Amino acid sequence: MGKIFRFHTDVDTDQIIASQYLLYPTVEEMKSHAFESLDADFAARVQPGDYVVAGENFGCGSSREQAPAVLKALGVRAVVAKSFARIFFRNAINIGLPVIVCKPLYDHVSQGEEMELSLDEGTVTVNGTVYPCTKLNPYMQTILNQGGLLASLNGGEESAWE
Amino acid sequence: MGMTLAEKIIASAAGVELVRPGDIHTVELDLLMSNDGTTHLTIDMYRKLAQPRIADVSKLVWIVDHNMPCDSVKTAASHKKMRDFAREHGITFYEGKGVCHQIMMEEHVRPGQLIFGADSHTCAYGALGAFGTGVGCTDYLYAMVTGKSWVLVPESLRFDLKGRLRPGVTARDLILTIIGRIGANGANYKAMEFAGEGLKSLTMSDRIAICNLCVEAGAKTAVMEADEVAQAYLAQRGRTPKAIFHSDEDAVYAGVYEVDLDSIVPVVAKPHFVDQVVPAEECRGIRIDEAFLGSCNNGRIEDLRAAAAILRGRKVAERVRFLVVPASAQVFRQAMEEGLMKVFLEAGAIVMNANCSVCWGSCQGVIGEGETLISTGTRNFKGRAGHPNSYVYLASSETVTASAILGHIALASDLPPMEE
Repeated sequence: MGKIFRFHTDVDTDQIIASQYLLYPTVEEMKSHAFESLDADFAARVQPGDYVVAGENFGCGSSREQAPAVLKALGVRAVVAKSFARIFFRNAINIGLPVIVCKPLYDHVSQGEEMELSLDEGTVTVNGTVYPCTKLNPYMQTILNQGGLLASLNGGEESAWE
Repeated sequence: MGMTLAEKIIASAAGVELVRPGDIHTVELDLLMSNDGTTHLTIDMYRKLAQPRIADVSKLVWIVDHNMPCDSVKTAASHKKMRDFAREHGITFYEGKGVCHQIMMEEHVRPGQLIFGADSHTCAYGALGAFGTGVGCTDYLYAMVTGKSWVLVPESLRFDLKGRLRPGVTARDLILTIIGRIGANGANYKAMEFAGEGLKSLTMSDRIAICNLCVEAGAKTAVMEADEVAQAYLAQRGRTPKAIFHSDEDAVYAGVYEVDLDSIVPVVAKPHFVDQVVPAEECRGIRIDEAFLGSCNNGRIEDLRAAAAILRGRKVAERVRFLVVPASAQVFRQAMEEGLMKVFLEAGAIVMNANCSVCWGSCQGVIGEGETLISTGTRNFKGRAGHPNSYVYLASSETVTASAILGHIALASDLPPMEE
């Protein structure tokens, strides 16, 4: 179980991690600034295993991989949204952060509620209600299962690709 | 059933006859561009690989543009890491030469190529009939090591352009209008193709501005056929096409939009979303603190000429900072030779070196709490140009310049006539 941190529609990557932190040497040094403009306490309050829930087009804008990376570094278990912008979606899979499309969830849950995710079942559960999620395509599922794209490179580059 | 231009480029890069939207193909990349926004992280990951190697170093282009010149010791360390690695491995490297996409258009992109750039605005390369798409640094690293990646073939949207833009209306107004119409995710996962008679009247600068901004509608890429205008641009710079593809007449599109260029008016995108587009008239009178002319979207010589034509003999409003930032060192030099820099300086503008500047809100020109910027940059997200509680309006070079003179959002036609 983890807590829900609920954000709006069209959350852009500048809100997830602002430009002025991107050239910090490491993601560890950036992560305390995650969502700073929308919720200044987010990085202090989020616990490993918690969830980010959002509306349509989560992660639009810049291709900065630091956006999914700071969420993963803070222990966010998964981002569950109505839809994702494509570069963020691909980046998240590549670093092994589950990004899950779940159309019905957003409108029925609130900030702070407890949520359970079952990646195998493809469902999330909040207050006893089970919400079905959209399955990843098998290519992306393979990358995610390996823990990200780098793992597939180190494990033999043919494994996920050809 | 035929293929679209975007589908043909993927088919060529995948070495197959036919691709269809939804297919996943392994593709050979032609060029791999990366800038100082993420390259330091790419290098760290590269060094952790079990068997680090670069498939083909001649395909790599690294450009320092986002924090140029650097603004802090931390940034300097990230730049140094990038610079040293590029030298050690013989990677084509630019620093202080301008914004990455402008340099890529001036020096590298060729029609028919499939290009990954570790920057979302890589879709600009479609103006030369190439498939450019933005990726993160892990995708970049994979492609750097293997020379390959995978691509999910996108559906295409076609925008049929008719007529001509009216005087005082720009390609920037056109693409902002389109984004306003289809929304910030209106082309998510899709390729935006621009075609039709109206395209012929648009210059390369116009076309780059259009393709460059398509990611703001979520597009995976933007493409245009490399016609006479594109081929002339290429020939002037001593390059030849890799291949020139055309969409088949029976190609299948997920949507077709007719756009009457004559109907486009000057617009602005209001804070904090690029699709909050309204006629500029509706924002007339909103007080500004800063104006910015520059970026990969609108920092070319054509933009500087348009601004200088309006500014000549006039002054920037007293309490407004007007930043003029050419998109590349080539543009800067051209503007000097044409006497445009003299016009900017005499009017009281601040002329800066070619870089991303306040468009990305980290290096120079950032705005403070409660301040308002009118900008030719790419984005107006909350806090994009500085303080989280500040405001960015996006507009054309003409509208930005007129606003800098009057101190509030204004159209060029609002300016009082010059005294003889």
